[in-house]
Amino acid sequence: MSTTKKITVYILLLLGAAVMVFPFVWMLSASIKTNIQVFEYPIQWIPDNPQWQNYIEIWKQIDFLTYYKNTIFLTLVVTGLSLFTSSLAAYAFSKIEFPERNLLFLLYIGTIAVPFQVIMIPQFMIIRNIGLSDSLWALVLIQAFTPFGVFLLRQFFMSIPNELSEAARIDGLNDFGIFTQIVLPLAKPALATLAIFQFVFVWNDYLGPLIYLSSDSNKTIQLGIMKFMTQYSSDYALIMAASVVAVVPVIIMFLFLQKYFVEGIAMSGIKS
Amino acid sequence: MKSIKNFFNNIFKSSDSGAMVSKNRKTAYFFLLPNFIGFFIFTLIPVAIAFFLCFVRWDFSNPMRFVGLKNFTYMFTDQTFLIALKNTFFFTLVSVPSTMIISLGLAILLNKIIKGVKFLRTMYFIPYITSMVAVAIVWNMLYSPSMGPINNFLRNMGVNNPPGWTASTDWSMIAIIIMSVWKQIGYYMVIYLAGLQGIPSHLYEAATIDGANSWQKFRYVTLPMLTPTTFFVSIMLLIGSFKVFTQVMVMTSGGPGRSSNVLVYYIYNQAFVYNRFGYASAIAFVLFFIVLAITIFQFKKEEKWVNYT
Repeated sequence: MSTTKKITVYILLLLGAAVMVFPFVWMLSASIKTNIQVFEYPIQWIPDNPQWQNYIEIWKQIDFLTYYKNTIFLTLVVTGLSLFTSSLAAYAFSKIEFPERNLLFLLYIGTIAVPFQVIMIPQFMIIRNIGLSDSLWALVLIQAFTPFGVFLLRQFFMSIPNELSEAARIDGLNDFGIFTQIVLPLAKPALATLAIFQFVFVWNDYLGPLIYLSSDSNKTIQLGIMKFMTQYSSDYALIMAASVVAVVPVIIMFLFLQKYFVEGIAMSGIKS
Repeated sequence: MKSIKNFFNNIFKSSDSGAMVSKNRKTAYFFLLPNFIGFFIFTLIPVAIAFFLCFVRWDFSNPMRFVGLKNFTYMFTDQTFLIALKNTFFFTLVSVPSTMIISLGLAILLNKIIKGVKFLRTMYFIPYITSMVAVAIVWNMLYSPSMGPINNFLRNMGVNNPPGWTASTDWSMIAIIIMSVWKQIGYYMVIYLAGLQGIPSHLYEAATIDGANSWQKFRYVTLPMLTPTTFFVSIMLLIGSFKVFTQVMVMTSGGPGRSSNVLVYYIYNQAFVYNRFGYASAIAFVLFFIVLAITIFQFKKEEKWVNYT
């Protein structure tokens, strides 16, 4: 490639990247401004007198701490439970021969195609009947047993050669031993991918909490910033500070684990 | 795809027998149980109930009433439903091709360079992992017709009457589409990039020897070799676009008027605001059948344009 061509490619890519990050930079900049400064044009990216106290103010104005705690609880419990139950089920679907295996697996795959919107109403009825509506456990129950997780892990477990588990069996390991000592250690990349997918999904989920969580003490961050926006609709700077606080944990986690994330996505695209 | 066919053929076959089977079965169920209980109660049973709910009228407090196909026939006279259906199709028809073209273009550019790939990939990917609620709130401010930076920029460029974006019935869907495309192109770019890296370089070398220019290489090597990726991307995008919800709820609440109402937003409102659970379920099933029909159609057409090597 000639140098001019190379430079053009870089300029195009950098322009694109600028468009992609513009809303985030604008959000960061607005979050340390006064309300009057937020919409000033031309944009002053770094204000003369940064309003850092906006970040203290939001925790006072609204019960952000509770929302944060609830979101962290949900994210950890759902991610942990789905890793635990999905990996066990995926082992049965990939490493144990039993007559109903394919039929049961077909049930799992079949329901992946059904949109959440179709089952959200019956799920709501069931949760209400067992008395768990307006409880964080409602969301744990509907999100921790996702057939998608079983499918993802099963596909990966299938690629682990059976010779390995058979050799271990001859050495005297039972299925549980093979699962914990052979399959799980080899499946670390797939487990990491599922963990990140679930983490990001639960942290960012809006429709689920919107349906189930009505009392303030149960709300998650996503509901929290929406509530904040409707209550203080003209406090632009504070709304931006609250949004920054809501997105930062996921961005940090992504920056650390992006290798797994990007590889997982690339894998799912190729394997299909 | 072959493996899928084998899989279907093997569903009812099993080779082992006797004591071995019953021992394996016990172990298998032990491993399956923790997930299966949850899956059974919170996914499988709801699917069955959802189907049944389509044929009833029910608001939780009064007894359920069987109404046959009335929920479905009512839809055709329900103006809001028809508008939501039309808007959802509009969203799909515009956002799916734009996302595919832009993300493929970016992936091709990114595949040309060596330095800075990781950094740029991260920049493009960040919108995808951040919360829809937060970015929708930011975009709403960017779109603000009178004070937002987008219209300020357009006015500076000499546009006297910039669009009203989310505040205008003509532009609300477009505003939502631009924001949605922005949010997801990074993800599909990564998938396309993986697809591009899977194309063997000797194909390009052979094309160069045959005297192909870069457009011809793109048209006769890159595009055909990418068809499996394009197939996957188009299915994912179509399914996703019919479920558009959060950005509508946060940015416009379906408005102004009904100009940006979409199916899932309408389902949500019918069910959890107006307590019309039967009618909402019926609409949800229509949504499911549209998605299913399109997916099946794509799989049927697959052999015509997708090359598996």
